[in-house]
Amino acid sequence: MSAPAQPLVSIRDVTRTFTRGSENVHVLTGIELLVNDGEFLALMGPSGSGKSTLLNLIGGLDRPTAGSVAIGEERVDKLSDRQLAAWRARHIGFVFQFYNLLPALNAERNVELPLLLTGLNKAARRRHVAAAFEAVGLTHRAKHFPRTLSGGEQQRVGIARAIVTDPTLLLCDEPTGDLDRKSGDEILSLLQSLNREHGKTIIMVTHDPHASARASRTVYLDKGQLSTTPTT
Amino acid sequence: MLSLIQLFSVAWYNLRSLPERKAAALTAAVGIAGVVGVLVGVLAIAEGFRRTMTVSGSPEVAVVLRSGSDGEMTSGLERDATRTIGDAPGVARNGAGPLSSAELFVIINLPKRSTGTDANVPLRGVEQGAFDVRGNIKMEAGRRFATGRNEVIVGAGAARSFAGLEIGKSIKVGQNDWQVVGIFTADGGLAESEIWTDTAVLQPAYHRNNSFQSVYVRLTSASAFPQFKDTLTTDPKLNVKVMRLSDFYEEQSNAVTKFITTIGVFIASLMGLGALFGALNTMYSAVAGRSREIATLRALGFGAGPVVFSVLVESVLLSILGGGLGAAAAYLLFDGYRASTINWQSFSQVTFAFQVPPLLLAKAIAGATLIGLLGGLFPALRAARQPIAAGLRES
Repeated sequence: MSAPAQPLVSIRDVTRTFTRGSENVHVLTGIELLVNDGEFLALMGPSGSGKSTLLNLIGGLDRPTAGSVAIGEERVDKLSDRQLAAWRARHIGFVFQFYNLLPALNAERNVELPLLLTGLNKAARRRHVAAAFEAVGLTHRAKHFPRTLSGGEQQRVGIARAIVTDPTLLLCDEPTGDLDRKSGDEILSLLQSLNREHGKTIIMVTHDPHASARASRTVYLDKGQLSTTPTT
Repeated sequence: MLSLIQLFSVAWYNLRSLPERKAAALTAAVGIAGVVGVLVGVLAIAEGFRRTMTVSGSPEVAVVLRSGSDGEMTSGLERDATRTIGDAPGVARNGAGPLSSAELFVIINLPKRSTGTDANVPLRGVEQGAFDVRGNIKMEAGRRFATGRNEVIVGAGAARSFAGLEIGKSIKVGQNDWQVVGIFTADGGLAESEIWTDTAVLQPAYHRNNSFQSVYVRLTSASAFPQFKDTLTTDPKLNVKVMRLSDFYEEQSNAVTKFITTIGVFIASLMGLGALFGALNTMYSAVAGRSREIATLRALGFGAGPVVFSVLVESVLLSILGGGLGAAAAYLLFDGYRASTINWQSFSQVTFAFQVPPLLLAKAIAGATLIGLLGGLFPALRAARQPIAAGLRES
């Protein structure tokens, strides 16, 4: 009998409140979430439900107002800005809805960016970049600039950039939100393959049931509360 | 090492993206070029004027004026006094006697070539010893004036700036016509703005009897000056002020140099303030336009320091580019450009060439760099403080 999977992500009683003028807006309230290593979790909910805020907390882009966020052994909410930046570089791969590729760099250079923070030499960086392009099936477009790539291709480059450092966790914020159905399906298949064949832990924010169907588990967020069933 | 890689890779990326913002970047650079161009242009006037006034001020030449006078115009010395001065210890001699020249300094009106309007031109009566005393007077054309005759020689600067000073022409001074017989140079110094004649002929023309305004002497060496000065200033029969020629010229040029420098720095400061706001605006726009890119870099793990550094590098490089352009333009336009202006100490025109020395260029570019640093600092800090999550949502 195999040992139970250890939670990679532990979110305990997390609250996130924003202050707008004199008003406090409670975006997340008492969130409890565990994500196991190797899981592909879909985080669903309507617009403004706090999905991206929760993803930002997990990725160390934001801090909770209360509660704790731990990734593995690391209490992310306790890290300084400088420590957080270094931690993100080591452990997190981000995939954005609008790809967020740097327009002045070609695809290859975009993918190489996170490797500049690893201390690898140029030859090693080239090898890693080549492997990432191969994984996303875009080797033939590596020298192209983002403006010459289709949306689907740009998202593949975005995924290659996210996996090039072999991060602990992939965080995808509406990765198919800007794509047509066919391209979206290809991206979802790619993410599924990264999860199943390479064991990547993935948390994907989406409001598309078609996308969440590819995940191994789906949780729902509405009005700052998490549930395992969709709210009506 | 990793930090350095971060610093330079973000700065490198930032510069690579510059062509996407070329209009704003060029506007900032051109603004700074304008500031540097004006600053260098105006200071080149002051520098040229100062150089003209001081270049020929040899430390081995001394000038003696009446005590209390602030220039030759307000000085007066009798013949006996000029002889005592020439015989003082420390004065060099040749076969003809002491190397000294008792001189008379008057102002005449001549039309400027550029405008046709009359301007004050210094006419200096000198003794033959004046050529050996100055040591740098060279006849460029014609010959020296003959003693006892109404002849003048004209400094090359005066000949260029004022009409009617060609060899063979005559100028009317007082009741008499004086013929131009030669053009001389003085290593670009103040004497080139003057007209020289025999002091013995000038005295009666101006009813000066046997009085002079200054005595110029060549000393045996620069170190002979203290003895020479002490001898004259302690002589109870004399009431004189003794200066090295270099100090005298420095003093004579101070007021105009300071005025031009003050005006130049004032104008450049105002323009610099404008350029600073231009740079601030450009860099704020650059940061705002790149919010998502900056947030993306930070999300990937790049720190705030490299972001600040990259914005500062861009701002400083744009400023250096603008400063370099402005300095180059100012150098090409102004260096060696000839003009004349009035010297308030002598109320006469001084012709001079604008000077743009390397140090002035370096200072101007350093000023531009400072504008770039200040103009980039606040936008850089804003970029670094921008919440990453908010930046990622920017379109």
